[in-house]
Amino acid sequence: MKPDLLSFTSKGIYCAAADVYLDPWRPVDKAIISHAHADHSRYGNKKYIAHHHSVPVIKHRLGGVNIQGISWNEPFSVNGVQFTLYPAGHIVGSSLIKVMHKGEIALFTGDYKLENDGLSTPLEMQRCHTLITECTFGLPIFRWKPQQEVFSEIENWWSFNQQNSFTSVIYAYSLGKAQRLLHHLQSTHGPILVHPAIAAVNESLSTIVSFKSVQTLTADINPIDHPGALLILPPSGREAKYLKKWGELRTASASGWMATRGNRRRRNVDRGFVISDHCDFDALNTCIKYSEAEKVICTHGFTDIYSKYLRGIGFNAGTEHAEFEEEEVENSTDLLVQ
Amino acid sequence: MKDFSLLIQRLDQLTKTSEKVKVLSDYFKTAPQKDVVWAIAIWSHRRPKRPISTTLLREWAAELAGVDQWLFEDSYHIVGDLAETIALLTCKKEVTIHHSKESLSTIIEDLIALKTQSENQKKAYITTKWAELNYFGSFTFTKLLTGGFRIGISQKLMTKALESAFDIPSDEIAYRLMGKWNPTEVTLKKLLFDNDPEANQSRPYPFFLAYPVENTPEDLGDISQWSIEHKWDGIRAQLIKRNETFAIWSRGEELITEQFPELQSIKDQLKEDVVLDGEIIPIKDGLPDHFGTLQKRLNRKRITNSLLEEAPVVFRAYDLLEYQGKDFREQTYLERRNCLESIPFSGPLQLSKFKIFKNWQEVEDERLRSKEVKSEGLMLKQIDSTYGVGRKKGDWFKYKNDPLNCDAILTYVMRGHGRRSSLYTDFTFALWDRDPKDPEAKLVTFAKAYSGLTDQEFKEINRWIRSNALEKFGPVRAVKPELVFEIAFEGVAPSSRHKSGYATRFPRIVRWRKDKKIDEANRLEDLKNLVR
Ligand SMILES: [Zn+2]
Ligand SMILES: [Zn+2]
Repeated sequence: MKPDLLSFTSKGIYCAAADVYLDPWRPVDKAIISHAHADHSRYGNKKYIAHHHSVPVIKHRLGGVNIQGISWNEPFSVNGVQFTLYPAGHIVGSSLIKVMHKGEIALFTGDYKLENDGLSTPLEMQRCHTLITECTFGLPIFRWKPQQEVFSEIENWWSFNQQNSFTSVIYAYSLGKAQRLLHHLQSTHGPILVHPAIAAVNESLSTIVSFKSVQTLTADINPIDHPGALLILPPSGREAKYLKKWGELRTASASGWMATRGNRRRRNVDRGFVISDHCDFDALNTCIKYSEAEKVICTHGFTDIYSKYLRGIGFNAGTEHAEFEEEEVENSTDLLVQ
Repeated sequence: MKDFSLLIQRLDQLTKTSEKVKVLSDYFKTAPQKDVVWAIAIWSHRRPKRPISTTLLREWAAELAGVDQWLFEDSYHIVGDLAETIALLTCKKEVTIHHSKESLSTIIEDLIALKTQSENQKKAYITTKWAELNYFGSFTFTKLLTGGFRIGISQKLMTKALESAFDIPSDEIAYRLMGKWNPTEVTLKKLLFDNDPEANQSRPYPFFLAYPVENTPEDLGDISQWSIEHKWDGIRAQLIKRNETFAIWSRGEELITEQFPELQSIKDQLKEDVVLDGEIIPIKDGLPDHFGTLQKRLNRKRITNSLLEEAPVVFRAYDLLEYQGKDFREQTYLERRNCLESIPFSGPLQLSKFKIFKNWQEVEDERLRSKEVKSEGLMLKQIDSTYGVGRKKGDWFKYKNDPLNCDAILTYVMRGHGRRSSLYTDFTFALWDRDPKDPEAKLVTFAKAYSGLTDQEFKEINRWIRSNALEKFGPVRAVKPELVFEIAFEGVAPSSRHKSGYATRFPRIVRWRKDKKIDEANRLEDLKNLVR
């Protein structure tokens, strides 16, 4: 039996033929990065290769690293092994990484979603022999509504708060969810202000995508000047002292985890809006069926349950341990806030 | 049920108590009276009997959702709530506004009628509802089927909402809702507005509850203001004698008179009409026996003589709520005690004595005596306090014994719920059944604990589990016996729940004993010695 094109090592997902790692969790010489979230693009690698659109944010987060930008659909070679990036639809710049060598094709999804969020280039799923997939929401209880429905729920909630003179606060990840909210919420509704960490990410993305201009939420801003405001903060921003002067607050969290009431209660927010940058159960199934993979490896999320499900519908599926955060919740934000 | 499931949806989206009260009060004012009676019944734990087993509900829901049973069960484990799991799995994405046309009482009448129907009829009715209702409609419907309406509405919050809706003081409402009433028969008028002397005859008063002492009792200030008595580990109960009526109510508002025939003689023993607050406790050799003995007496269809001999009980009174037909709850604690002590105590009717100490050190000394008198610790009651409704901070405190503890070995782990569902958060612990040096020594489980670890330790243990997990049973995994933890608990009693044959009350992890090897963990024998 020939060795697998990609293997799981203590440092990360490794391609021995090319001597390169995909989203390594320990420092390595050469890393191909699926996307700029902190658990997938970590500090300390000698060389980073990522899509052009991921470069500014990785630089923003990690400082002056040695990084090379690559385009989608343009194969490049490392030690004779061919790699290609394709849009993954998760956040701006997020990519599937395809590895091709001696007729064998492996595909690593990083994080991905099927729904077009209007900001990140929509997913272009690929066929492969071996598929390494995330399954953050790989349970049938996770089924997303069309995003337009959720955004109108958010707008209704915001209007209700405005009528009652409450300030609306939404907790959303600085990279990805925050921009998605900005892109979809109508600013005719009222003023939107964002946490400095989000403003910084917006700034680093400004050459790639344009957002409606919004104010940065700083300590010297006077709430009187922004009646009926909606504040977008990273989840770690809830302790901010200056929130006090915004009067009575109504808080919400925007995340796939909000699908269950228990999570909403544990987060201690008034409302939970179910919107995610990951595939839901049906989307995962659609993508995996499309891939026609002979072998499926689940890396993070409900890996045991989901791979068992896949075996039940005829896939050769298993799990491997990867040190990506298994939960969107702890994802990246804290590093970005700094 | 449309307005009711909308109400559930609104309540679910509110976190502030005042707003919940308002929404609930608006519902009480506008909903059909019959529905209001049912809503009150539901939030005071008086739902109709479950027409169907949850096993069948789970099978039907999995079938309707088109998922395998194991996947349904795993999903249920992660969501942690059956009604919610069913709603998440069976609701069609496109159904967004359909709640249900029928009223709450119609649905409940359907459910009552369902009880006697065939399994096929039940299945057809229930799965049709699931298929046509939206998320909150389906969630509410299944909650009505299975009971346990816990969506942040306590009975206290409900009585507040009723107060605001109908302008009756909430304490009065709490009192009127006590005892036996049947939501299929009673009208809202009869339940809340009529002062029916017959219904009052056997009606208990709402119980007054204590808060735990937070730090040290000294924080309570002037010692001369506090009456101290031992805290008995039994069933909190209210004993009522009014004319020919003799009734004993548990705190869960169940009539338990028939379950304790040895307490019947108290009826003739009492010369005056009284309502007493106290504890039913098992007695052995003149002293309280452990709670496990009392458990044998609960929920029995027939009380045999041998059971009566094996686990006899007494009623130990500590408060008096009514005397000669007069409500005493507004009197001070000392006044009530004065009157209480004028009652002839003997036989199964005992008096729980109280003392007033000169300094807090004496209180501490008294607490140390609790092992001797077989109490759980002390109760501290403010001598001028009235008898309130429910839990109110400031007048009554419980000051429990130092918890018991032992060093135990982690043997099973289970995934947490919801957000933590990809982590192992529920841990089962075991002790040695004999000297660990004995080659026959086995580990026997005795406690399951969730809380007490730091986030750091938690992460570390989860990493450890990944490389030390053995077999897998659904969401549960056996792990290599290697880690030792100090487990604290409030009490221990025989039980068939765990392999050891013992179960603890309120077990929790105190610390990870990295300094201990597994052969240094405690033995089952040590646990048995802690049984009082
Ligand atoms: Zn990501
Ligand atoms: Zn990820």
